[in-house]
Order: sequence, then structure tokens, then C-alpha cells
Amino acid sequence: MDVTIKVRRYDPEAENPEAYWQEFTVAAEDKSTVLDALIKIREDMDGTLSLRCSCRSSICGSCAVRVNGQARLACKTQVSEVSGPDNAIVVEPAGNMGTIKDLVVDFGTFWDKIVAIEPYLQPQGPEPEGEYLASNESMLHLSAVTACIMCGCCVSDCTVLEVDPTFLGPAALAKAYRFTADPRDGDAGGVSKERLEKLGQVTGMWDCTRCMQCVQACPKSVDPMGRIMALRDQAMEAGLTNTTGARHATAFSDIIEHSGRLDETKLTIKSHGFFNVREMIKLVPIGIRAQLAGKRPPLMHKAIPGIENVRRIFKKAESKR
Amino acid sequence: MLEHDVLVVGAGLAGMRAAIAARDNGANVAIISKVHPVRSHSNAAQGGINAALTDRGDDWKDHAYDTVKGSDFLGDQDAIEVMCQAAGKALIDMEHMGVTFNRDDEGHLGTRAFGGQRKARTFFVGDFTGQAMLHVMFEQLVKSGIRSYEEWFVTGLIREGGQICGVTAIEFRTGQVYAIRAKTVIFCTGGLGRVFEPSTNALIVTGDGIALAYNAGARLMDMEMVQYHPTTLTGSGVLISEAARGEGAYLLDKNGDRFMEKYAPNYMELASRDVVSRAEQTEINAGNGINGCVLLDCRHLGEALIMEKLSQIREIGIDLIGKDMIKEPIPIQPGMHYIMGGIKTDVDGQTNIPGVYAAGECACVSVHGGNRLGANSLLDTIVFGERSGTHAAAATKDMEYVNFDVDAVVKREQERLQSMLDRPQNGDRVASVRLGLGQSMNKNLAVYRDQAGMEETLRDLVGLRERYATVPVDNKGRVFNTDLVFALELGFLLDCGEALALSALDRKDSRGAQSRTDYPDRDDENWMKHIVVTKSEGGPEISYLPVSITQWTPEERKY
Repeated sequence: MDVTIKVRRYDPEAENPEAYWQEFTVAAEDKSTVLDALIKIREDMDGTLSLRCSCRSSICGSCAVRVNGQARLACKTQVSEVSGPDNAIVVEPAGNMGTIKDLVVDFGTFWDKIVAIEPYLQPQGPEPEGEYLASNESMLHLSAVTACIMCGCCVSDCTVLEVDPTFLGPAALAKAYRFTADPRDGDAGGVSKERLEKLGQVTGMWDCTRCMQCVQACPKSVDPMGRIMALRDQAMEAGLTNTTGARHATAFSDIIEHSGRLDETKLTIKSHGFFNVREMIKLVPIGIRAQLAGKRPPLMHKAIPGIENVRRIFKKAESKR
Repeated sequence: MLEHDVLVVGAGLAGMRAAIAARDNGANVAIISKVHPVRSHSNAAQGGINAALTDRGDDWKDHAYDTVKGSDFLGDQDAIEVMCQAAGKALIDMEHMGVTFNRDDEGHLGTRAFGGQRKARTFFVGDFTGQAMLHVMFEQLVKSGIRSYEEWFVTGLIREGGQICGVTAIEFRTGQVYAIRAKTVIFCTGGLGRVFEPSTNALIVTGDGIALAYNAGARLMDMEMVQYHPTTLTGSGVLISEAARGEGAYLLDKNGDRFMEKYAPNYMELASRDVVSRAEQTEINAGNGINGCVLLDCRHLGEALIMEKLSQIREIGIDLIGKDMIKEPIPIQPGMHYIMGGIKTDVDGQTNIPGVYAAGECACVSVHGGNRLGANSLLDTIVFGERSGTHAAAATKDMEYVNFDVDAVVKREQERLQSMLDRPQNGDRVASVRLGLGQSMNKNLAVYRDQAGMEETLRDLVGLRERYATVPVDNKGRVFNTDLVFALELGFLLDCGEALALSALDRKDSRGAQSRTDYPDRDDENWMKHIVVTKSEGGPEISYLPVSITQWTPEERKY
């Protein structure tokens, strides 16, 4: 089967270094992967095409690219699975990382963020002579996270990073969870409070908007977003409730339990803290704009009819924890 | 000026372990690698790491004996003793660093059975033990703050007045050529898998360090000993872990019979790898296979066990051939996997060239001899990585940097690389020369070998070298010019292939992984010795070294 591979090319050394599209027609066999096709282009047709790849079995994490707009490992994606009725595939460099050449992106800030979360075990107690005792379940749980191969698919498609490049991002936060959830890390009870405190700061765990893109993009089922949510739970459980994110979560839940619908004014004030004068002043122009646009939330907030049912749901949920 | 007491080339498990050990011993150390450390091929080790833990009734001597027997008595017993004695501590160190090893019901480290061993002493993380260990070692590298030259490619060793004093390297990001001064260089560049086609090895495994050291005068030993892994996937040749058989999977012929009964009635599917691969090939040659394959059957292990302990290889089967091992057997065949030989070192990683060390797959201590046991390679990397780093750090304390004309060295290297870029475009392509090499090796230096075949490959090599001299490089730019790198790697592959084929042709017996149809028996009287290749003015030269025998007398091997 002949497939058309449309590749996003970029050569920083060209006279006019601008990205452009180039099409290649490749003979793909049954079960050929997108990586097989790219290698064929590079080896037989155009050696100037640059891409990273190595293991061919989704373990080295080198070949993350965007295929038809979504981040994937080229070696884990079969041509037949993505070529569509027109037998064409669009391949671009991974997103959110800046292109060095062709499909090779700049992992510099990716690794800086990994380093920023102090990615190594930090037990507080003395080291045992033999191995640490730990349940198999706890290790299997961690192994599902350490299955991360640092390919950057999640980072490529993260919608927060698109607007805020300072966000730690799904890969680094999932990596952080690998330590906070490790019974060997932190105090004798396995609580890594200092880590959670740092991760709760601005650009950290509370900045995820839960869009699920990372979960969908991850080729190793690591579920980065789920890990970020678990970090939030750990932070709250460790008593780290005095951050904007934690207050936001608490206020959100309190308001719904109280009236059954969101009181946006109250939510904003509670999240930032009423005595946080600077943030309160910042809210004034937003309030004025909302008023002018006719979108100001009502000043008097009423509970919805049947609020007792909502409260019952809360009680039930809480008793199950 | 970039200068380091210890420069480690290669950032897989052995390389990072060496760098961390050198740092712990006070050296100014750096690590240089053509890929980011977590992209290294240590990732691909699936099944586990061997260690005999005394607190659970195991004995390092039993592990050592299994290793000696597995090596078909070609492994050096003094070195094997060092490795097996160090295994327990090395394993616990890895656990303390954070590796998430599977546990038993009491919360202790859990084990699985592995080939060629009488006791279950393989510790594991699912079926991605290498990846789990590699990422943890990278964490320790980050913690140590060691300078890491990532995506730099070493093109040569610098020698001044007979002394090795650094390396030349290309930085991919800029294409710039640098000379890095070093008192000692430790090669941890992995194996040479891409000499063969197909191979389980990643595309980066091109024998760089082996060839660089060989061309600088290092001795290569046991190069004829190539491990064909019994279970590689049909087609791409991707690895399916021995863990499958460790957990109880069967090997079946086309009639659904467990043919290993004929070859290893006691160990069955868990005989040593050379024995199992030979059995498979014999069955396939006798027409008992299916399209050049036999079957690996995991169905009876059940979905729960497969999902907990073999999930990655299940995923590979689905991704690459569309078969789910929970539901059906998968076709597998013996495939090139590992080189037991390499740069000859002592137990501290020292080679015959002062200041040059080697550890991991590129080295030959020799702890694997004629055949490596599964799960001994991860152990090899961390034990001898650490020893090399420690020794090199101590050695540099009394050494001075050797001065050389940096500008002249860089200019000479730039000119050499430029001459490759300037070649006319009409030669054969790198990929076609590499494929020619790989197919010839896989035809004549595989599970069964004979004189005529090996001589054919040596003749092929002459032609391939001629074609190599004119391979064009499409990419004339500097930034991320992987095209140029592939051309350089092909040169390394040809050097490795030649040393390998010459050693294999020289050994006139069948031992471990080498089975010659024209010399089918093991001949201890004449061939209980290591074959060594060195490069001299007149070309490769063969010599011999004795095998170290400390406590286990060679005997016939039965599984």
C-alpha cells in the first residue's frame, strides 16, 4: 500500500528559516509503523530529514511526534491505523517545545522541570540494611507511574502549557507523584510534606485545568492528570489547605454543598482570601467588565430547590472516603 | 577548555553508575552520550537482575556456578566470583535508590525463575526492569550534579605521545566539533547489535566504543560469542522477554508439542539461551516450525498474571503483529541480542591501554564467556560500572592532564568530517551498505556457522568496505546532522563485524553460542581459551589468553 506522508520540515540554517510541508510517497507493508515510514524516507529518499528514534518498541521515548494533530510515538502507531481513506498521514514535531530541526524538538525546559521537582528518592529516616519493606500493591501502583518513558507526548498536547509555559506540566508532576506516593519517601509514614508544599505553589499541581489531553496522549497509560489530582488529594490530606488552589477546591465544594450551584463571587473571594488586598483590587476591573457585559453574577445567591438532596449526596460521598 | 579527570562515554546503566562512582570518589567527572541518558538501550532489558541473597538461603557460589556453566566454561571464574559476590549489595543499593521492584507477600523483594539457574534469584520490575533501573540511575545522576554532555557524539580518541588524553566530539545541537581533555576515558557504549539485521537492539547500538577502542589498540576478546535470544518477534525482531518463560510459558512446534523435552529434559524452556535458541533453530530447519518461527504460548498463565508481570511484551505483540498473547500463541524465532565479547578488561575495567577503561556490554571481563545468562547483564553493568568509576577516580589523583594542540586537533577532525560531506552523491547509500552487512552476518554468523559461510562474510566485508568509502551524506548542514552520524556509525559497525567474523572463523570448536557444523564438539584440549583480536599496522591480528579457572572444573554441560 502506498501512503503519502506529509512532513513538517524546518531547517534553521536555510536562507529563510521557515517551516514548510513536504510530501513523500512510501510503500508501507501490513503492520508498518509511522516510524518505519519515516526511517524509509530518511534512509532511501532524503537523508536531510532529522528525527530522534531508537528502540522501535516504545520503551526509549525518543520518537514522539504529532500524527494527524495528536502526539504519539511514531513506533507505536501503525500506518493503517491513521492513514484514513486518502492514505495520507500528517506528521509534525511535538508541540509546546520549540523545533530545533524538522521533527527534533527542544527538550531543554522539559528536563529543567523534571530536575525542578527533585526527582530522586528522599527518605527521612535511616536506611535499612536490607531492602525497605513495602507491599507489592504499593510497588505495582508506583510501577504504573514509573512506566513513564519521558517521551513528552503529554507535554506536547497540554493545553495549559500552550498559554502558560511556566506550568510544571503533566510529565514533571506525574514524576513528582511517583515520589510522594512512594512509602519510602518522606517521613516514617511515607508522607512527603515538603515536596507537596513546593508542588502546591503557583505553576504546580493546582494549575492543571483537567482537560484530559495528557491522558489521551500518553502512550504508556500513565494517566498524568489522574496523578495530578492524586497530588491534590495528598496535599489536602497533609493539611496543606492554605494555597489558592486548595482554597479554591474547598470553597467550590462548600458552596455547592451550601446552595447547589456556584456562587462565582464568593468562590473568587474565598480562593484568594478576603484579606488579600492586592488580589481583591485586581478583581475590581473584572467585576466592572462583567457588569458592563451583563455577566455579573447575582449579588444575592439563592439555594436551588431540592438542595437537601445535594447535601445528602455530599454526606454519602464523605462517609465513603 | 573542557577538561575532566574522568570522562565516561555512554550514559546507560554502566556509564551512569561509573560516573556516579567516580564522583563519589572525588573526581571531576563528566558523561557524554549521543542520546539523552534515559533513551539509552539499558531500557530494553526486560526480565530482571540476578543476585544471590544470603538472607533467603541463596549462596553467591551457586549463582557463580550457574554463570560458569552458562558460559560453557569460557567465562573467567575469578571475574565471575567478583560479580556474583557483589550482586547482593548492588541490588539493595538500587532498591535504596528507589527502584520499584516487585515484592513478595511479606513485602520483601520478589523473585522469578530465569534460564540456566537452579534457583529463582531474578529480581524484577514487571517486564521493564531495565527501564525502571535506568530511570532511577538517571535520578541519581541528576542528584549528583554531574556534567552531562547530552546528544554529543564521540568521533575519536586523542592521543599525544602515546598517551590517551581526551576525545573529539560533535555537539548535535550546533554541529560544532570539540576536543575534550580527559585523564581517563571509560567506554560504556553498549553492544554492537546493529552489525546484524535483524537484531533486538535499538538503532543506536552501533558498537561505537568497541570500534574506537579497537582502532586505538585495545584488545577485543570473545568477539565470536554472539547471543541469539530464543524469543524475538517475527518480522521486526523485537525482544520478547525471557520473563515469559520464567513465569511458565511454553515453546511449541507446529504440532503444538513442547520440543524442549528433547534438548533439555530437566530445565525445559528454561535451559540457557544458547541451548534454547539452538533447539528452536534445529526444529525450524527440520521443518517443524511455521514460517521460520516456533510458538511462544502464554495462554495458560492467565490474564491476571500476564497483566501484572508481562504487560509490556503483551503490548508489543499487539502493537507490532496484532496478536494478544492472552488469547493466542505468538510466533517467535532466535534473534541476535547480545555480544558476550568486547573490549578486554580486568575486574576494575582497565584495558591494555593506560587510561582507557570499559564497562557494560562493550566490555569483556569476561563474566559471560560463551553464553550470558539472562538477567546477568544488568548486574554486569552496575557492578563493573561502579568498579571502573571507582578505579579511574583513584588513578587520576596522581595524573596530570596531557597537553595537546586543541585547535589543531579540532581542525583536523573538522576537515575529516567535511571531506565526508563533500563526497560526490553517486555512491551507495549508508542504509544499503548497512543492510548488506547485517544480512551477511545474520546469514553466516547466526546460531549455526561453518567455515564456508564465515569466509563468505569476510569476502562480503571487503566489498562493503569499498562501498563504504564512497557513501554519500545528503545533509550538508550542521544542526542535528544525523545523516553524518549514521555514516560514522557504519564505519564502527564494519570494524566490529570484521573482528567478530575473524574470531568466529578462528575458533574451531563449538562452545556456548558458537555452534559450528564443521566442528560440532567442544574441544577443551585445543580451544579452552579466549580469542583476542587486536589491530596492528598489517590489519587485525589474532592471539589467545587463558581462561581463569578457580574452583569449577570444566565438565560437559547438560540442562
